[in-house]
Amino acid sequence: MDFSLTEEQKALQDTARKFAREVMAPVARKHDETGEQPVDVLDKAFELGFLTEGIPVEYGGSGLSRLDAMILTEELGAGCAGMTTSIMATTLGLTPIVIGGTDEQKKLFLTPLTEKRSLVAFCLTEPDAGSDPLASTTTVKKVGNDYVINGIKRFISNGAVSELYTVFATVDKSKGAKGFCALAVPKGTPGLSAGKEEDKLGHRASNTTEVIFEDVKVPANYMLGKEGEGFKIAMATLDRTRPAVAALAVGLARAAMEAAIEYSKMRKQFGMPIGMFQAIQFMIADMGMQIEAARLLTCLSAWLIDQGLKNSLQSSYAKCFASDVAMKATTDAVQIFGGYGYTKEYPVEKYMRDAKLLQIYEGTNEIQRVVIARELLKGI
Amino acid sequence: MKVLVTVKRVPDPEAKLKVDPEGKGIVTQGLKFVVNPFDEIAIEEGLKMKEKHKAEVVLVSIGKKESTEQLRTGLAMGADRAILVLTDDGADSEVVARILTKVYETEKPDIVLMGKQAVDDDMNQAGQLLAEYLGIPQATFASKVELAADLKSAKVTREVDGGLETVEIQLPAVITADLRLNTPRYASLPGIMKAKTKPLKEIPVAELGVQVKPKVKMLKLEEPPKRKGGIKVETVQELVLKLKNEAKVL
Amino acid sequence: MGNILVIAEQSKGSLKKASLSAVTFAKSLAGKTGGECHILVMGSGIDAVAKELAGCGAKKVWAADNPGLNDYLAPVYAQVAAQVAKDCGATVVTATVTAMGKDLLPRVAAKLVAGMLSDIIDFSVEGGNIVFKKPVYAGSINALMTLEGDPKVVSVRGTAFEAAKKDGAPAEIAQVSVSVDPSQSRMKFVGFEEYKSVRPELTEASVVVSGGRGLKSAENFKIIEGLADLLGGAVGATRAAVDSGFCPNDLQVGQTGKVVAPSLYIAIAISGAIQHLAGMKDSKVIVAINKDPEAPIFQVADYGIVGDLFKAVPELMEEIKKAKA
Repeated sequence: MDFSLTEEQKALQDTARKFAREVMAPVARKHDETGEQPVDVLDKAFELGFLTEGIPVEYGGSGLSRLDAMILTEELGAGCAGMTTSIMATTLGLTPIVIGGTDEQKKLFLTPLTEKRSLVAFCLTEPDAGSDPLASTTTVKKVGNDYVINGIKRFISNGAVSELYTVFATVDKSKGAKGFCALAVPKGTPGLSAGKEEDKLGHRASNTTEVIFEDVKVPANYMLGKEGEGFKIAMATLDRTRPAVAALAVGLARAAMEAAIEYSKMRKQFGMPIGMFQAIQFMIADMGMQIEAARLLTCLSAWLIDQGLKNSLQSSYAKCFASDVAMKATTDAVQIFGGYGYTKEYPVEKYMRDAKLLQIYEGTNEIQRVVIARELLKGI
Repeated sequence: MKVLVTVKRVPDPEAKLKVDPEGKGIVTQGLKFVVNPFDEIAIEEGLKMKEKHKAEVVLVSIGKKESTEQLRTGLAMGADRAILVLTDDGADSEVVARILTKVYETEKPDIVLMGKQAVDDDMNQAGQLLAEYLGIPQATFASKVELAADLKSAKVTREVDGGLETVEIQLPAVITADLRLNTPRYASLPGIMKAKTKPLKEIPVAELGVQVKPKVKMLKLEEPPKRKGGIKVETVQELVLKLKNEAKVL
Repeated sequence: MGNILVIAEQSKGSLKKASLSAVTFAKSLAGKTGGECHILVMGSGIDAVAKELAGCGAKKVWAADNPGLNDYLAPVYAQVAAQVAKDCGATVVTATVTAMGKDLLPRVAAKLVAGMLSDIIDFSVEGGNIVFKKPVYAGSINALMTLEGDPKVVSVRGTAFEAAKKDGAPAEIAQVSVSVDPSQSRMKFVGFEEYKSVRPELTEASVVVSGGRGLKSAENFKIIEGLADLLGGAVGATRAAVDSGFCPNDLQVGQTGKVVAPSLYIAIAISGAIQHLAGMKDSKVIVAINKDPEAPIFQVADYGIVGDLFKAVPELMEEIKKAKA
């Protein structure tokens, strides 16, 4: 088992770390406060190939392995969780095409994303369908040579700012999973619109909106796979991209830990740095070991994908564990900073607000535990 | 057109360095190494010449095998190929310049671009030594380089004391980069992937037939005295005297 | 042990004061090794400079006065300097670290096949060997080094050696006959643009003068600016000063502002709260002026004055002007 990074991975890590430190971090607070789209950051991310990391090389993308993508995402996560969500959600949005699309569809939809800076939106969640995706009421109907989509999606990352939308809709609700379909919808298709932007607790640099489909008509060849294959595509997509959430969590937790360590060395009370008190030491020790464990679990879940092996169990482990670690680490970081940590002048309160979403989106940690238990207790 | 750019592997300038217990070197455990920041600027300038004048950008580094890491970074930024002159022994500026003379004779570049100094030993000598060995012009501490249309000369603006000096130099020449020459680009993901397949040639230093015994001998490294609690002075006059004679900052 | 040759710098017929630091180094070294201190000055119309240098306590001044040396060009000057070094039997050639010193000296070393060290801050002579001290790793560590063989070439840091006093008995001035063809260098001086007096970037400045809450008003902040400009430094401030509206927030030095590590940090009316210290504790030398003797800043300051800044700072500026003259 070789745990060392290759030369390319080290180079990737270096470039991403520099980007996070020099491009993302200096403007993170501004975008957190205003919610303004970080256009310059996203443009630069596109230039460096981060936005197209999930597209295979033959279609013009950077074609990173999933393990490489974890190294990249951890570094970006340490820069700003919200901006990383926008970048990650783009990979999420285009992955159904990578998994379920034909060669023509990949050329049609993926290649343009590599020619001009583009974000993508993954439209699965609905107002009444979150953990229970099959409660979805978005419909798709074949009309001549087209498909017509109707419905409302909620909490969609990059909802108002995407060039491309991948949407999941049912052709027959009575068929359950077997009625689910996946389709690609380009921006500007009549009837496609974004609703109001959510005013969120964290990840505020990331645009999150409702996406509304009112008789949105697309050619039949915009359906990915066949009718009824949508659920499989959605689940395969989430398995493939779930490790990235874990990587983001590792980066976020690491940023919080590094800030807490520096502060503990500097802040003096009772005549000594607070890092000399065991209460602080134990919090930091826990951060250290949990982050390392989360990182290893994340890399394992990505490595399995690269080996062509099933990774659903490990990706649930990684997402659930890493996001819980991030929540604890960031909360403890605020605690270590004390009163100062509670103000916006210091970065840790943002880390804590950003961590919460990681336990909720991309499959809540409750659902992760259900899935894990179901797998471990198979045969019960 | 061909540009030869030097790349040195140095400890991360952001790292807090410690002297090892014998005082012979720095503690390298857990230390990150990077491309010398001034060399990164030199690489960027070479890449600009590649973009504007279709120059071939060749990187050269001198050191142990680990330096391939820094050469790959330069290749990932966009350079065309790299040369590593392998040596396990330390080289002082003179040895570096002698080795570069040999590489120059093989490559025959139009411009040798170097960082003005390496942030480990802060010597700021190798570029000037090389220019003298080769008997060619030099323009050090460059903050702007403009190549003539016929690519036979360059106008270089240099950061000197009190202002900016402009000189015109005939090529081939040595130019050393200062901080404000440009802002180096990041290595993009496609660049990093492409770098894997770009040629990186390793040449054992013995093959070059140069005199490699350094004249500079390092006896000891010491950390400057730690900040003690300060002293209070009674008068401003005393303060200025101490700043001048003791602290040597005036 | 042979002689020590100082390459002095002049501009438009005026001696560059920085060169006098190298003279002090050379005299000191000469004293310890039994050699003579010689000085070389190159240029065109440099009579007055040569005479000035002749009063600095060296044994001999070599003046290379020639129209071909009117513009400084490294290969041309190096040729003359190497020749004079040989002629005067120099085993050490030195100059102060200035833009010209850095640019020129290595080429002289190359011509003399001499080992070279840059930016020396101290030296000692031990059993016939000269041991030089030089900052490395951006000055965070000092290295003790020697150079094999002779001659040796070293550049010296200006602030490490006091300028030689011009009170010695006048030395012999020898005219150096020079035949140079600047066009052979394939280099041409085109022009020089003096810096407009613009303050350096806070994070890059080697001197920072910072003000705190005790300044009491934005108007008073001009005192900080005056001292900074005198020292060619940047202006900084504490969060309290920024919050009170004394200055813009991009001047804030501290944990949530900018982190600086200049050679000299002067903290005026700053109490020294840990949040501010985090932004400047790595400064090489810290000076504090505060009227409260218990202010925490005095615990990190290398030099402190307890006093009223409105009196101390103007006085300080006067003393500095005198010292620089």
